[in-house]
Amino acid sequence: MSRLAALKTFLREAPWQLWTAQSVTILRTELGRNFRQRRSVWLYLLAAAPVLLIAGHSIESPLGIHCSLDQDTRIMASIFQFYYLRLGIFFGCMGLFTWLFRGEIVQKSLHYYFLAPVRREVLVVGKFLAGLATAGIFFGFSVLLSFALMYGHFGAPGIAYVMHGPGLGQVFAYLGVTFLACLGYGAIFVALSLFIKNPIIPGMLVLIWETTHPVFPALLQKFSVMFYLRQLCPVPVPPEGTQALFTIIVEPVSAWIAIPGLLCLSVLALVVACLKIRKMEISYLTD
Amino acid sequence: MTSDNRIIFENVSKFYGEVLGVNRVNLSLPAGITSLVGPNGSGKTTLMNLMTGLVRPTQGRVSVLGLSPDNPEEMFRHVGYCTQFDSFPNGVTGYEFIYQSLKLRAITNAAAHQLTQEAIERVNMSDAAHRRVAGYSKGMRQRIRLAQSIAHHPTVLVLDEPLNGLDPMARSESIALFQALGKEGMHVVISSHVLHEVDKISDQVVLMSYGYVVAEGQIHSVRTEMKEHPMQILVRCARPNLLASRLFSQDHVVEAKLNEDGRGLLVRTRDADNFYLLLNRIVLEEDLSLEAVAPADDDVNSLYQYLIGSSGGAV
Repeated sequence: MSRLAALKTFLREAPWQLWTAQSVTILRTELGRNFRQRRSVWLYLLAAAPVLLIAGHSIESPLGIHCSLDQDTRIMASIFQFYYLRLGIFFGCMGLFTWLFRGEIVQKSLHYYFLAPVRREVLVVGKFLAGLATAGIFFGFSVLLSFALMYGHFGAPGIAYVMHGPGLGQVFAYLGVTFLACLGYGAIFVALSLFIKNPIIPGMLVLIWETTHPVFPALLQKFSVMFYLRQLCPVPVPPEGTQALFTIIVEPVSAWIAIPGLLCLSVLALVVACLKIRKMEISYLTD
Repeated sequence: MTSDNRIIFENVSKFYGEVLGVNRVNLSLPAGITSLVGPNGSGKTTLMNLMTGLVRPTQGRVSVLGLSPDNPEEMFRHVGYCTQFDSFPNGVTGYEFIYQSLKLRAITNAAAHQLTQEAIERVNMSDAAHRRVAGYSKGMRQRIRLAQSIAHHPTVLVLDEPLNGLDPMARSESIALFQALGKEGMHVVISSHVLHEVDKISDQVVLMSYGYVVAEGQIHSVRTEMKEHPMQILVRCARPNLLASRLFSQDHVVEAKLNEDGRGLLVRTRDADNFYLLLNRIVLEEDLSLEAVAPADDDVNSLYQYLIGSSGGAV
C-alpha cells in the first residue's frame, strides 16, 4: 500500500514538463544525426528496394506480366509481410536502434549524455523516440510509395480502388502496422543493445524466432512481435507449401488485443532498458 | 564545514573485475583547487569517474556537495566534468557541442546561446567556434571540452588532465582560468602529470599510487608530516659558514651544505619549526644579513618523489 502511495506521489510530483523538454531536445539532436550520418545509407537502400521493385513491376512492357487488381493486392500483401516486416523493417530497426547507444559507446561520446542533468530513463525515451521517428519516416514513406506505384499504374480503376474501395483502409492499415513494427522491434533492439556488446547474434536469434514462431504452441506465439503484426495486416497471406504443413493455426486476435499486446511488449522491453541504463557505467576500454 | 559543501569519499573501493581501480579511499575535499597526482594507473581517473557517477563504487559512498552521483539529474546542475576522452558526437561544431549540452538543461534558446558564447570566449575559441570539432587540433578540442564543462556555471569542476595537448600560451591561460574559478569559491579538482604546474595552483593535493591515497592535504602540511625525509631549506645570507657552524650543534639539523657561490646554505632538518626559531635567534645574535629563506623540497614534485619514489617531472 505504501509503495502504491509512493508511486502516486512520484507521478504527481515528477517534473513532467522538464522531462518532456529534455526528451524533445534529445529527439531533435538524434533525428538530425540519424538522417545525416553515413551509416543511414543502408536504411535508404532498405526502404527504397521494394519501391524500385514495384516501380519495375508497374512499368508496362511487352514482356511484362500483366496482373489484375486482385493479384497486385496479394503481391502487395506478400511484399509487405515478407519483405517489409521480416527483412526491411527488421534489419532497419536492428541497425538503427542497436546503434542508438552502442554507436555512442563505439564513438566514446555517451558520457556527454551521462554528464548532463538528464534522468537516464529520459535519455532512453528520447533516443527511442528519435529511432522510432526515423524508422517510421523511412519505412512509412516507402510503404506509401510502394502502394501508390502498385495501384497507380492501373489508372482510373486503381484510383477508384483506393479512393472508393478498400484501398484507403489498406494503406492506413499498412502504415499503422509499419509504425507498430518499428515500435516493437525498436524497443527490443534498444534493450538488447544495452545488454550485449555485439547485437548481431541476438538479432539473428530474434529473426529466427520471428520467422519460425508459427510452428510453436499458441502461448509461445504470443511472445512474438510478428504474431501481432500479422493479425493487423489488412490482406492475409495464408501459409503455403511446407510452411503450411508445420504452422499451428492460432485463433486470431482482434486489433483491440493485438495493438495493446504489442504496446505492452514494447513497454516491457523499454522498462528493462531503463533499469539497465540506470546502473550502466562508462568503460569504453572494455567495450 | 559541513558535508554539503565538500566532496566526500567514504571508504570507497572500485574493482574492475579483478583489477583494482581504487581501494579504501577516504577523502573530504573542500572548496578551492585540489590536484590529484599519481602515475598512470594510480586511480586518478577512476576517482573522478566515481565522483561523477560514470562508474559506481564496489563499496563505500561518494557524495558531492551532499548529492549522490546516483542522482545525475540533480548533481549535474552543479557539476561540470571535462573528461580525458578525446571524442565528440559526430559532425558537431564547437558551438553546437556546447549549445546542445546546454539545451539538455531545458533552458531557453536565448539563454543557451548566451552561455555558449560566454564559455567560448572564456577559453578563447571564438574564431573557431563554428568550425567542425573534427577539424580542431588536440589543444582546441581540449579547450572546447573545457568550455562545455564550465558553460553552465558549475560549483564543482572536475578536470581530467586538462593541460594535455595545450601549447604554452593556452596552458598559461587555462591555469589562470582555474585559479580564477578556485578564487570564485568553486571546487576545482584537477588531475595532471605536469607537477610544477599543478604545484603553482593547488590549494591541496591528493597523492595516489596503485589505487591508494598515499597522502592528502595542503602541500606544506603533507611535507611537514613526512618526518623520515628531513626538510630542505635554502638560506641565502652573507656568512653561511658561521650559520653552518651554529646549526651543526643542533640535533634536528641533519646536513648543512654550502652553496658554490659562497652566499648560501642548504640545510636539511627534521624539525622545520625549531629551525626557523633558531635561525631567528642566530640572525639577531650574530647580526647576520639574510637575503632569502625558502623551503627547497616543499612542492608536489618532492612529495611525489618521496612518497611514490619516481622522478616527478612527468608522472
